[in-house]
Amino acid sequence: MKIKRDVYKAMIQHAIDLKPIESCGYLAGTPTEINRFYPMTNTDQSAEHFMFDPKEQFQVVKEARANGLKLVSVYHSHPESPARLSEEDIKLLNDPEMIYIIVSLREATPAVKAYQIRKPNEDTIEIDRVELTII
Amino acid sequence: MKLTLNGQNETLENETLTIEELLKIKDVKMPEMVTVEHNGEILDRAAFATTAVKEGDTLEFLYFMGGGSH
Repeated sequence: MKIKRDVYKAMIQHAIDLKPIESCGYLAGTPTEINRFYPMTNTDQSAEHFMFDPKEQFQVVKEARANGLKLVSVYHSHPESPARLSEEDIKLLNDPEMIYIIVSLREATPAVKAYQIRKPNEDTIEIDRVELTII
Repeated sequence: MKLTLNGQNETLENETLTIEELLKIKDVKMPEMVTVEHNGEILDRAAFATTAVKEGDTLEFLYFMGGGSH
């Protein structure tokens, strides 16, 4: 998946600005390129959890659609832990079409990793790494 | 029945159906994790089984989005 450099930088800056709270947002674009960042409210206002506001979600999906964009990715930060999917992430992230990006701020240099999660049945969870190419 | 689902016009053979039935028809995975906006109003999940979809309705489906670092 390609991601525009300004979008990539805006996402990381959003995470830094909101630390120690977990930050979150939608990323929109085409099936192969992310070119728009929508920062979202973490209604949990927690350093260890995030939750989108459904009203804001519906607003953003409509705005993206009006601009001819599709929501293709959800990002959230891990202020104090690595850029890996946590057990809670794997349990709660259920949209098979989304690419889930995690920005870790544990080290001085932010780490960014992306994943796709599929749950074909109750007993199976498939997790794939997604390579992000900054353009 | 004609309705607008996630911004797309849809025509269904059903004359009547509930939100819960619509989620099944559209093969939405993990429907218990889906939030539904029905004609501009966000529905309680408990109402999915009893809320009827009517001709001309506008619906949006979104996945609940949350997680954590542990």
